[in-house]
Amino acid sequence: MMRRIRAWGPGLVLILPSLIALAVFVYGFLGWNIRVSLSSWRGLAPAHDFVGLRNYIALFSDQRFTEFDVPNIAIFTLVFVAGSLAIGFVMALLLDRGVTGENAFRSVYLFPMAISFIATAIIWRWLMDNGSGESETGINKLLAGAGLGALHSDWFKSGSRWAIAAIALPAGWSLSGYVMSLFLAGMRGVPEELREAARVDGASEPRVFWHVVRPMLLPVMMSAVVILTHISLKTFDLFYAMDQKNIKIDTPALYMWFTTFDGGFYARGAAIATLLLLGVATVIVPYIWYSVRVERRR
Amino acid sequence: MTRREGRIRAPSAPYVATARYLALFAFACFFLMPVYALLVTALKSPAEVSVVRMWQWPHELSLDNFGIVWPKLREGFANSVMMALPASVISSLLGAANGFVLSKWRFPGADFAFSLILFGMFIPYQAVLIPMFQVMSYTHLRGGLLGLILVHVIYGLPITTLIFRSYFTGISEELIEAAKVDGAGMLRTFIHVALPIAPPAFAVSMIWQFTSAWNDFLFGVLLTNKDRWPITVALNNIAGSQAVPFNEAMASALLACLPTLAVYVLLGRFFMRGLMAGALKG
Repeated sequence: MMRRIRAWGPGLVLILPSLIALAVFVYGFLGWNIRVSLSSWRGLAPAHDFVGLRNYIALFSDQRFTEFDVPNIAIFTLVFVAGSLAIGFVMALLLDRGVTGENAFRSVYLFPMAISFIATAIIWRWLMDNGSGESETGINKLLAGAGLGALHSDWFKSGSRWAIAAIALPAGWSLSGYVMSLFLAGMRGVPEELREAARVDGASEPRVFWHVVRPMLLPVMMSAVVILTHISLKTFDLFYAMDQKNIKIDTPALYMWFTTFDGGFYARGAAIATLLLLGVATVIVPYIWYSVRVERRR
Repeated sequence: MTRREGRIRAPSAPYVATARYLALFAFACFFLMPVYALLVTALKSPAEVSVVRMWQWPHELSLDNFGIVWPKLREGFANSVMMALPASVISSLLGAANGFVLSKWRFPGADFAFSLILFGMFIPYQAVLIPMFQVMSYTHLRGGLLGLILVHVIYGLPITTLIFRSYFTGISEELIEAAKVDGAGMLRTFIHVALPIAPPAFAVSMIWQFTSAWNDFLFGVLLTNKDRWPITVALNNIAGSQAVPFNEAMASALLACLPTLAVYVLLGRFFMRGLMAGALKG
């Protein structure tokens, strides 16, 4: 027994500082946040009382939360995830068979990811300007120039319930290249012998793709969906820098920030954050569990 | 690619190839469109800039816009350099140690510990903001750069650990065994065997950490006072409303992303590998 501990003990000691830091800053903080969400803390001085689920119940009759934030983030997630997946997949498909200048194309598709959401929002806010007539500019002006003036849009300043879907455009601009590189790696990971075998059996290229390559892309797609969904739920700065006072693009992450640090409603902010955590955990925990187990089996 | 060699090309092949390139170029235009607007606006003279003419080529090139915004951005820029460099170095060093132990010097429950570490990468940071605000205020770490560096190091640990663990998993077991046979302990094996072969993983991890620390806004705005604002917070304050002149917004946005863009252009290869690691695939 002692010998075995001597074998692995030093390793444990080496990573202990990291484990302790994460235990406090991740698990301790998450736990403390849940505790705050069960108190009535409002204002500067923390309250350590216990009011049960009152803050959560109040949220479900809070108009800003139920009629704007939740539908908004659902719409945004749907459009952003589906859009980025589709665009990333098509770009990977176009590049998969090898084209001249592949590296240049890949770099161009991917570089927006190196740019902060704040800078992205600042640029796109002007591109999605809703001026018309004399003051028309940005994408609307490009559309008009291409004879597609009918597509003129008010983007995120539209009065429609779907205004937040416009933010999926800069978000997708930022992250579709990432999805492309995931899919491309997946497609290139399919052994050539498998494709060749199908061809020998007389399968056409589209059929080879459908029956051989597509099934093997399923795990890649799952990774992409999980990663994009969790980014979508927790993103704060993109909306904040785009138009922070616009209720049409308000999300739980923004409401949490404003109610807590501007309004002093700490307990309510903590409750919103806990709900966000639950949302993210339902996609992430099975994913991590699955990934680590698959890797072990190899 | 040689994949299609020796196969009979369908008569439609040239059209397919042309269509493929057209589509690829169309996508490239979409991704470059904002960059075009950003560049031509930032390079016009301030008098020439107008929002409605954002797509027009400049009559004459001018760097005046940068001269106007740089004094407002300089402090934030310096703060971000002083914050992002130590944050990425420290986080990578700790990640290297963790990755080594979790792949080559495993202890019972190492996989479980790894899963617990990984989860930290995906949490919505909203769910730690209030406790972080309290703890950092209480310890007087809020306000300056030290507290910001600390949180970037800690929340960077999951991804750096992942990067190094994947890297060391690919290293042959014999190398480690040979060191053990020679009587080297864990620390010696780590420092003299594992670290010398790890520069590629360091590149990936440092680039990844530098980019996320540079681009972070949430921690910066929560934890720093005005004189210590990182570049993203400064940028949002300068250019974060439509009342700001268009030329200043574009010029400051361009300056604020130069470092990460430079890293991406010069070391894009490593950036790509970091991306793959982020999807839990080594």
